[in-house]
Amino acid sequence: MSAQRPRRVTAAVAVVAALAFVVGCGGGSASGGGSAGAAGTVTVFAAASLTEAFTRLGRDFEASGGTAVVFNFAGSAALAAQVNQGAPADVFASAATRNMATVTGAGNADGDPVVFVRNQLVVAVPKGNPQGVAGLADLTRPGLKVALCAEQVPCGAAARTALDAASVAVTPVTLERDVRGALSKVRLGEVDAALVYRTDALAAAAEVTAVEFAESARAVNDYPIVVLRNAPNPGGARAFVAYVRSERGRAVLAGAGFRAP
Amino acid sequence: MTRTHGVRARRRGAGVPVALLLPAALGLVFLVLPLVGLLARTPWATLPERLAAPGVLTALRLSLLTATLATLLCLLLGVPLAWLLARVEFPGRRLVRALVTVPLVLPPVVGGVALLLVFGRRGLLGGWLDATFGITLPFTTAGVVLAEAFVAMPFLVIAVEGALRGTDGRYEEAAATLGAGRWTTFTHVTLPLVAPGLAAGAVLCWARALGEFGATITFAGNYPGRTQTMPLAVYLALETDVQAAVVLSLVLLTVSVAILAGLRDRWITSP
Repeated sequence: MSAQRPRRVTAAVAVVAALAFVVGCGGGSASGGGSAGAAGTVTVFAAASLTEAFTRLGRDFEASGGTAVVFNFAGSAALAAQVNQGAPADVFASAATRNMATVTGAGNADGDPVVFVRNQLVVAVPKGNPQGVAGLADLTRPGLKVALCAEQVPCGAAARTALDAASVAVTPVTLERDVRGALSKVRLGEVDAALVYRTDALAAAAEVTAVEFAESARAVNDYPIVVLRNAPNPGGARAFVAYVRSERGRAVLAGAGFRAP
Repeated sequence: MTRTHGVRARRRGAGVPVALLLPAALGLVFLVLPLVGLLARTPWATLPERLAAPGVLTALRLSLLTATLATLLCLLLGVPLAWLLARVEFPGRRLVRALVTVPLVLPPVVGGVALLLVFGRRGLLGGWLDATFGITLPFTTAGVVLAEAFVAMPFLVIAVEGALRGTDGRYEEAAATLGAGRWTTFTHVTLPLVAPGLAAGAVLCWARALGEFGATITFAGNYPGRTQTMPLAVYLALETDVQAAVVLSLVLLTVSVAILAGLRDRWITSP
């Protein structure tokens, strides 16, 4: 009996210490996020397809006297989930209205989202278009390897809409997890064509030729942006959103291949 | 502090030192908590219909098949490699040993790109394989096996090499003096000696192959029934339906834990 008690005490100490460790870690990360906002930075969660344009806009914004901008670029769905789980973000820019609706639906947006750009699909082919792809119908050619995005991500949903609109049934070799995955398969020469956003094809213009097609007008992606309700730096967030929608912001976005809403 | 000291003094020999128990308990909590999170978010009410959803079984079957084939490939190539590293002195052995661990430190996505650069259409060997044998690996089930084997093989090699180094070389010498050739010694003496280490390595290798994501999606792509393994299905489900992703993760977890537990009892008998 006497040997039992100390063992129980030791076990209890271990459990309490473990819980203290867990609780302590949770508190630590939350306060870390708060102090980042207080230091005068704006944290922007933005869709991966905005990487080049927003990085440039962020630099310009800082240079023009704005606060420092920190970006988190990822798939819109992942970002929406992070925002809804309480990530300390100030601004959310999504590549699809569906993912924005996830955030507004959970009551995490401050005000209504605004569509600030649109993006359209193109057929990305290796530089010079060696296979002579002229439109969606060519993607059904036997032996032609095609990469699409999975339908769970915005570029895949848009591809499905465009292909349905054109009544073209493509059998892809792969359904990529995001638009950059599909594009990189073209850049590496593993596929002959991929349906990607115009902006992504433009960013890879050194290796990739973009073939425009009429049906892409039927599958336009709207990009909404919003200030978040729990923004640690709401003032900076509003200033950044205004900058994105300013003449200068629109020029940079147009240069990246985005269309005005 | 004095109290724990007293306790330890009284229970010397039989007791577990707090200095070990505490980090051990923390380690266990750290490993198990995410599992608790997964179980807490599992939609138990809709579980049966979600399990019956099309694609779940296909992905699971493909995962089990490719992980097993990848493990066989690793055994076929990895065991001789481990033997070479443990038993044969050759110049550059240290370098070779370091090279074997490269897939461990390489981010799997980079591993996938590297595989494309070798076995892809424009790869170092890919073009030749296609022209000579008509074999293309990207976007095929064979490509999945290759990607998984690339990432998982170091686990097997390191485990088997460690086991080989831990065995008594005198048994092999005795076999040699009794007239056994090196191959006979290897199959009749060495392999049985390292069987527990071999089994542990194979299990590690299989588990790593089963969970493989980055190299697979980069090298083999993602297509249901052909290259979409469970981790890929989980990732894509996460884009639209978190609960579906949780269910898929749970399926993968349950099946792998069941298989590992079953094998452990049969193969790896702890003393």
